[in-house]
Amino acid sequence: MPWFFVVAAGMIGYGLVDGLVFAPPDYQQGDAFRIIYVHAPSAWLSLFSYSTMAFAGAVALIWRIKVGYAVAAAAAPIGASFTLAALVTGSLWGRPMWGTYWAWDPRLTSELILLFLYFGVISLRQAFEDPARGDRASALLGIVGFVNVPIVHFSVYWWNSLHQGGTVMRLGKPEMPGSMLWPLLAMLCGFMFFFGAVLCMRVRGEILLRERQATWVREAVQA
Amino acid sequence: MSVGVFRAMGLILRRELRLSFRRPDQLLQPLVFFLIVTTLFPLALSPLLSLLRDMAPGVLWVAALLSSLLSVENLFKSDADDGTLEQLALSAQPLGAIVIAKTLAHWLVSGAALVAMSPLVATALAIPTRAFGTMLASLALGTLTLSWLGAIGAGLTVGLRRGNVLLSLIVLPLAMPLLIFGASATDRAIGGESPAGALYFLAALCVFTSSLGPLAASAALRITLE
Amino acid sequence: MIRAGFWAMGGYARFVWPSIGFALSVLVWNVWSALRHQARTLVRVRRALQMARSEES
Repeated sequence: MPWFFVVAAGMIGYGLVDGLVFAPPDYQQGDAFRIIYVHAPSAWLSLFSYSTMAFAGAVALIWRIKVGYAVAAAAAPIGASFTLAALVTGSLWGRPMWGTYWAWDPRLTSELILLFLYFGVISLRQAFEDPARGDRASALLGIVGFVNVPIVHFSVYWWNSLHQGGTVMRLGKPEMPGSMLWPLLAMLCGFMFFFGAVLCMRVRGEILLRERQATWVREAVQA
Repeated sequence: MSVGVFRAMGLILRRELRLSFRRPDQLLQPLVFFLIVTTLFPLALSPLLSLLRDMAPGVLWVAALLSSLLSVENLFKSDADDGTLEQLALSAQPLGAIVIAKTLAHWLVSGAALVAMSPLVATALAIPTRAFGTMLASLALGTLTLSWLGAIGAGLTVGLRRGNVLLSLIVLPLAMPLLIFGASATDRAIGGESPAGALYFLAALCVFTSSLGPLAASAALRITLE
Repeated sequence: MIRAGFWAMGGYARFVWPSIGFALSVLVWNVWSALRHQARTLVRVRRALQMARSEES
């Protein structure tokens, strides 16, 4: 796990330096496009951690695998923080490009809904006095709210949107030259590794909390 | 003695309707709330008819959303408090059927009543008569969808002491797409354009929530009750 | 050392640096809160174990 942090730090460090210093400015957006190096990975993680949360919740609900609840509980706050990061960096990007910090555009609105869903899932879990019940209820809400994830992802294609289309995931011919693309890919991978690392840390805590009656926990804690 | 599923659903539906007609105050509260909220907007913003007409679809939909949210809180609550819900869940009938009957009853007394009252509010908000058909259709589809979403939220929060705030936190984000398409359908009809696209979308949402809503809501009840 | 006008970001410094800063602070917050979560959990689990032990004895 410290391993994950090292890889993540290395990739994010490389991505930041290469993206901010060496990549050429965009011919349309100038240097403002450099916000993409933190915006796109945050937005990607906001969806990825929601999917992780919903999937882990579904696994836990259907097959009664308790680790799933631990993963779902751990992924929620991480995802919420990156959703917030995507919204903030996006609006700081929108100001110079669209002339406004916020537009009621499908992509932006659905991302905001995603943030509210995270809040709902987190507070529903905390509302129950019986943690096991809170786990199951919030897992179900996470699954129900999952319908929003494809809406966020495809909103750029389904509606005429201010928001530009995807640039990286287009297979075949990416729209970016390599000098801009490589740092972005490094940032994406770095953020993913970071997510993995933080998730592991939180999952450890969540499992410890859930299994505090087990003997192995007693031994581990006392050691 | 065994009772068929549909007969059981009919019985529950009748019971729910009878219960709500015995308590006319509870029946009327969401409707009065709907009226009051729509009255607030002209008072707060501007009584200019041309301006009102632009805002009217949004006002109608926000009011419908809030009033549905207000009434859905009681969907399972009183039955859960006195233990009826547990008995129903323990009965031979599938929980999904019970949820369907209860939600349909909720829609009949809140949603359908609201739809029936909307022409009155629409006239007050200066919506032209030619948009009434679209408005009624979109509200009918929308309030049914809202009832399903509300049933999921109510099922998840039924055992909680401070469930009402949480209920809005859960249901409102899920209802946002509905608000967007519902308001845009009415808006287009007022502007004289074809509202078909938005109406189809509303119908799709309605079918989607009607088919998966009972499953999700009964799963939620099973979690919170047991 | 770095190319001229790097900090100016072609006039967009006002937007680029805060967004980089915010994203980095979110990363830092995640590490901090995960650490705090672990520490708190340990305290809670230890306390629960101690209470269980004192009831046994």
